[in-house]
Amino acid sequence: MNRIDKVFAEKNGPVLNIYATAGFPNFDDTLTVIKSLSEGGADIIEIGMPYSDPVADGETIQMANQVSLDQGMSVAKLFDQLKDLRKEVQTPVILMGYVNPVLQFGIEKFCQKCAEVGVDGLILPDLPMAEYLAEYKSIFDRYGLYNIFLITPQTSDDRIRYIDEHSHGFIYMVSSASTTGAKTGISEEQEAYFKRIAGMNLKNPRLIGFGISDNDSFLKASKHASGAIIGSAFVKLLSTSKNIKLDIVNFLHSILK
Amino acid sequence: MLYPNVEELRLNYLQIMQEPSFQKEFHDLLRDYVGRPTPLFKANRLSEKYHTTIYLKREDLCHTGAHKVNNTIGQILMAKRLGKNKIVAETGAGQHGVATATVCALMGLECIVYMGAIDIERQAPNVARMRMLGATVVAAQSGSKTLKDATNEAMRHWINNPVDTHYIIGSVVGPHPYPDMVARFQSVISEEIKWQLKEKEGKENPDYVIACVGGGSNAAGAFYHFLDATETKLIAAEAAGQGVASGHSAATTFLGKEGVLHGSRSLLMQTEDGQVVEPYSISAGLDYPGIGPMHAHLFKTGRAQFFAIEDEEALASALELSQLEGIIPALESSHALAVLPHLKAKKDEIVVINLSGRGDKDLGTYMKRLNLI
Repeated sequence: MNRIDKVFAEKNGPVLNIYATAGFPNFDDTLTVIKSLSEGGADIIEIGMPYSDPVADGETIQMANQVSLDQGMSVAKLFDQLKDLRKEVQTPVILMGYVNPVLQFGIEKFCQKCAEVGVDGLILPDLPMAEYLAEYKSIFDRYGLYNIFLITPQTSDDRIRYIDEHSHGFIYMVSSASTTGAKTGISEEQEAYFKRIAGMNLKNPRLIGFGISDNDSFLKASKHASGAIIGSAFVKLLSTSKNIKLDIVNFLHSILK
Repeated sequence: MLYPNVEELRLNYLQIMQEPSFQKEFHDLLRDYVGRPTPLFKANRLSEKYHTTIYLKREDLCHTGAHKVNNTIGQILMAKRLGKNKIVAETGAGQHGVATATVCALMGLECIVYMGAIDIERQAPNVARMRMLGATVVAAQSGSKTLKDATNEAMRHWINNPVDTHYIIGSVVGPHPYPDMVARFQSVISEEIKWQLKEKEGKENPDYVIACVGGGSNAAGAFYHFLDATETKLIAAEAAGQGVASGHSAATTFLGKEGVLHGSRSLLMQTEDGQVVEPYSISAGLDYPGIGPMHAHLFKTGRAQFFAIEDEEALASALELSQLEGIIPALESSHALAVLPHLKAKKDEIVVINLSGRGDKDLGTYMKRLNLI
């Protein structure tokens, strides 16, 4: 069973997915961050592969991407850092990134390495569904990798059904028309959208991301989905942290209290 | 995340463009507002120097000083028909930004232009033009603070404002249908060349069409109606900057490989790890790290021949055209002119060069580099 499915099958209460950029704040912090997140109670860990032009992300995550690249991070080096991942952590890990670095690494080789180190799924916001189905799906499937798709308030019901049909693991619900970190809090309009999607009875669980930053927004979002995703707020914490392990545990406490 | 925005455009653009009312409004504005058709001018002294027959397609005489306005007129009419009341655009040197701010003023639509913070400093007159036209110019502070970052920011703005905003991309790049739509709007250039050449020379198809390529919008327009005319050789001039091997270049077909940026799969200047490389050219309109997918195809199939023109060659050609024909070209267009010494066209052959823009905006560079002060 894919570790992602296991989380949704077994978890009582909302699922917490935390995003961190690989190689940030320091080049060698990737595994430390993953371990601390796992120990602190994160249910799913999303690791960002840094890219020079992260168009779906706001300034906080772009800054983290740039710092990580300046420190020499690459897809190949990330896999080196993750080679002992599964000796230490059983929490599902998803790699998030943009399609060009993956293409240059080689799609088959990339998936093979993912399977080798124990990555469970991928989020590639600039890989369109049609291209995925035509060129990538069979390779992802062969290595047991789940490809997670995003929906936004503008995504039509037909397309949501189509995405649901071709998704495994969960559907990433973007909370508003926005890039990451652009907005905080949950408005009434957003709650209406959450309810609308909840009423569609999709086969996949949904996690709500973008604008989730604290206990309040985490619980609000989780009312209408299986859980939520925190990204920019966590990256902000890392960017000023003097003691990563301690701060991560405290951060998770504040979300899950 | 941009799927709904792009899908709305993809499903509607061809139908809207084919509507007679759209065609009429588009062509009326091109005639009465832009000043089309632009002349096809036989450059006698330049022809004499290069022992061939050279025509200049005078896109520099378009309103706002470059071909960019052909596309922004088309796209603003498209935006209105899609029910949008706000426009976002990216700009490098500011030409596309000015052309966008111009049509927004004309149509009374709100206009936001993203421009790299470094470009805002380098191109102060165009920033002032946009502001005078009523546009809001926002500095892109991320990454390298130039054109590709302005494009990132404009895309983010569109992600954040998907319902009421249309994104006017200035080149034949970005997600489908942009490359095709922009090429169609710019194709008026080659459409005119055909009938103008027929009038002047008795034949529609020249032996050569030369255009500069950054993203490739003026070249797409100049090549469009000659793509199937195999007797016409298509020549693209890329910016080699300080030299293809210097590390300061924007010659994508020489330095790039296949990749994905801004929703296009095309040739892209990038590191081995797939990170986008910041290009360099003396001409701000040519320093985009990719080229449109159509041009990547023309390169791959050999239908177009690509030349890498260095800064110094472009500067020399700008001076040459100024003094031989009394026309000060834009630095971008000077790259197309600089192909002439390499071309070795025959006396009775006809060469059409797309003079995509005028040089006013580049006077600062010309003053410094050509010792005019």
